[in-house]
Amino acid sequence: MAIEDKLVTIRFNVDAEPHIRVNTGICETCQEKACLYICPVQNYTLAEDKLVFSWQGCVECGACRIACTAGAIEWAYPRGGFGVCLRYG
Amino acid sequence: MPEKFDVVIVGAGPAGCTAAIVLARAGMKVAVFERGDQPGAKNMFGGVLYYTEALNELLPDFWKQAPIERYVTRHVLTFLTTDASFSITSADNEFGSPPYNGVTLLRAKFDPWYAGKAEESGAFLIPETVVDDLIWDGDKVAGVMAQRAEGEVLADVVIAADGANSLLAKKAGLRKEFDGSSFAVAVKEVLALPAETIEARFGLSEGEGLAQSFVGDCTKGLTGGAFLYTNKSSLSLGMVVRLSSLQEKQTSIADLLDDFKSNPCVKPAIKDAVLKEYSGHLIPEAGINMVPELCGNSLLVAGDAAGFMVSTGLTLQGMNFAIASGYAAAQAIVTASQKGDFSRKGLSCYRRLLEESFVLKDLKTFRHAPGFQDNPRIYGLYPSLVCGISRRIFQVNGQPRKKILSLVREEMKGKISPWRLAKDIIQAGRTLIWP
Repeated sequence: MAIEDKLVTIRFNVDAEPHIRVNTGICETCQEKACLYICPVQNYTLAEDKLVFSWQGCVECGACRIACTAGAIEWAYPRGGFGVCLRYG
Repeated sequence: MPEKFDVVIVGAGPAGCTAAIVLARAGMKVAVFERGDQPGAKNMFGGVLYYTEALNELLPDFWKQAPIERYVTRHVLTFLTTDASFSITSADNEFGSPPYNGVTLLRAKFDPWYAGKAEESGAFLIPETVVDDLIWDGDKVAGVMAQRAEGEVLADVVIAADGANSLLAKKAGLRKEFDGSSFAVAVKEVLALPAETIEARFGLSEGEGLAQSFVGDCTKGLTGGAFLYTNKSSLSLGMVVRLSSLQEKQTSIADLLDDFKSNPCVKPAIKDAVLKEYSGHLIPEAGINMVPELCGNSLLVAGDAAGFMVSTGLTLQGMNFAIASGYAAAQAIVTASQKGDFSRKGLSCYRRLLEESFVLKDLKTFRHAPGFQDNPRIYGLYPSLVCGISRRIFQVNGQPRKKILSLVREEMKGKISPWRLAKDIIQAGRTLIWP
């Protein structure tokens, strides 16, 4: 099952303001690119060698915050009430 | 003037709500901040809530009113290869009587109920509000900075029960930044299935539940394991993998879970089940090694924020540790308030209470578990050896049969030296078996 099909099962209250910011300039020189593998919802992808990130489908686990040792990720919680709203948990 | 509380708790999870109930009942003015639109909105676990004395004391017979799913009478450990499995099952009817040894539950249902109990006790629940900074008065915490208009909220003591990432404990300098080897990523699918189907499929009576953990092919050699829990009319199927392992092997846990679902051991168990929700979470996994300084001046750390989680491979426990630590934090604050001393020293009985309870005792007992789990043979070689030996034992192929030790020797030949096996057995023994 594609991750997109799984993501539609999660309820989000998407904030227009991103809670994670990625300095993709740093990503260009990053060899490791751990973010591509560690995100449980695969929010980090490569499009024509450029790192693309979507905060809208973030489950706020914080794995990227820990795994990105290049310091490209600025991670905060979404504003109160926004972000993932689990129905089962 | 900013609002002032006796205690501000950040995070309305099991640690925060437990502390809130105890403190509110002791007559203190308590505020609980929750960043989700309601408690539980951000929370996910396996999961089983194992018996917790504090919970049973605060809310006797809690299972009668709490939204629990099933009481766990069956524990299964399964070694997995691509085409075989070997399971050890414990079925114990004793676990089917109150106070239950363990109950399965879904956090988006349980946590709001539990937070409601904190509110009934007199605590103020403030949802939809992020708290990511502390207010300082010299070297002592004087309150929190909430992300809202007039965000300053003062308190005699703050409890950081803000989860595995605990930005607060970090900002307060109580907790250092850990790398990927100290955390695991967890993913889970809630799969709907009629209650009768679950009971027929897993051989359970009404209300009875199963907790199964898997080791082997599910993680394709990565450090971690998979789990299956039965809820009332759904299954919780998921996987936990060490973050650093995903980094090193450049593997996606979402893909691993998909592969796991097509394993012949798992496929029939989830047949016709409908995906209701997929989710992911972070688990502090370094055990005693990542427990922060638990007290600062006017600050305590509890639950996942303090790394209170024990994974032995047989069971995965965190929620009971959260509840017990929230309880101890509240007790420490009540004691400190009697002396009017909320300094690090005044609150230091928190650590002592945890040392006397199962929380720090279990973390110490199983202190070798995180290191033991680094052994890659646990996830590849040993599950395949176990399944291979089992195959040789049960296989009838027209050849003369041999006794078990000969079969074990044949299976092991060329795969592992007796010397290495002995070393691993000693390591396993030190971790799980002998005192």
